Amino acid sequence: MIKSLDPRIAREQISEDNTIEPLTPMDNWETYEVFHQKKRGDQHMHVGIVHAPNPEMAMIFGMDQYGRRGITANIWVVKTSNVFCTEYEDQDMFATIPEKQYREAGGYKVMDKINKYKKANGTMVVRKEA
Amino acid sequence: MNTEAIKELLYKMADDLLIIGHRNSEWTGLGPILEEDIAFSSMAQDKIGQSLALFQLLHALGEQEPDTVAFMRNAKQFHNAHFLELPNGDYDFSLMRHFLFDTADQLRFEMLAHSSYEPLAKVARKIKGELKYHVFHGNTFITKLGAATEESHARMQSALNEAWNYALGMFEEGPFEKELNEAGTFEGEEVLKKRWQEAISPILIKATLIIPHQNTWEPKLGGRKGYHTEHLQPLVEEMSEVFRVDPSAEW
Repeated sequence: MIKSLDPRIAREQISEDNTIEPLTPMDNWETYEVFHQKKRGDQHMHVGIVHAPNPEMAMIFGMDQYGRRGITANIWVVKTSNVFCTEYEDQDMFATIPEKQYREAGGYKVMDKINKYKKANGTMVVRKEA
Repeated sequence: MNTEAIKELLYKMADDLLIIGHRNSEWTGLGPILEEDIAFSSMAQDKIGQSLALFQLLHALGEQEPDTVAFMRNAKQFHNAHFLELPNGDYDFSLMRHFLFDTADQLRFEMLAHSSYEPLAKVARKIKGELKYHVFHGNTFITKLGAATEESHARMQSALNEAWNYALGMFEEGPFEKELNEAGTFEGEEVLKKRWQEAISPILIKATLIIPHQNTWEPKLGGRKGYHTEHLQPLVEEMSEVFRVDPSAEW
């Protein structure tokens, strides 16, 4: 028998020659991507994945792993196979040159501050996506 | 305010939560898959926290420190229902117990959110969200596994059969039902049991699981009065082993 200081393991009376069956690919559930929104109106941020056999259970796991451990307004789960992505070898398509800085969306970084100021001064709040 | 009646109510609730919290935590590291291991463990932790909140109310009513009450009693001094002290068994039984107990627990705290005993009403309102997640988790597992495959259905049905009479034992009436009801503290176990049956029935129907026939019902009673199965004492010893090494240690 496997000896363990953990009484839960000791109770199981697992024999020493207990063979461990390796997993086959179908033993694992598929993955869902989890998106977390901290406060209402914020963008949802990708935070990780969970394994689940269906969207409902992905939601349960996503809520616990990424939602119940901090400030959360909302959680999305999306089946990983439903996410379409670019190839890294095509990364050059995103290449830009220093002269084109005017095209970068840097101004959005201060939008939180602007909205806070406007709110404090009673002006209308600009939506982040605007 | 009838302090003895309130203490009786608080003790049985706190002990239910402490014991099921400990039992469920026994799955930590041994759960069926990583995600569920984490979710089930974090709910077990919630339950220990909820029991602490109730032990603190008891302390305010003159009982000993929460840690002392939790770890220095023996099985005969516990007021939990037998259902919560049973060994975990396979995951099907643990899930079924989680579903049946947590639904009752949520409804109990819902009733207590309007209690005339304000400290308890305050706790009930504070943990509302936690309990909602626990029940959501239980409902999802039961409906999915109940109606998934022939094997999962058979296992969930047999877990329900095994759990049923113990679950009924959760609603064992205490000596102060009338006082608590008249004082507006708690409407009573009978009312709770009725609401619980109404709440679990639609979920079990969705899961294609059948509640055992009424003429087989035989609630497992005695837990509230300190009579327990042989499983509680070893649990209490294991749970308090480290604390008892040095009860005065600062953690």
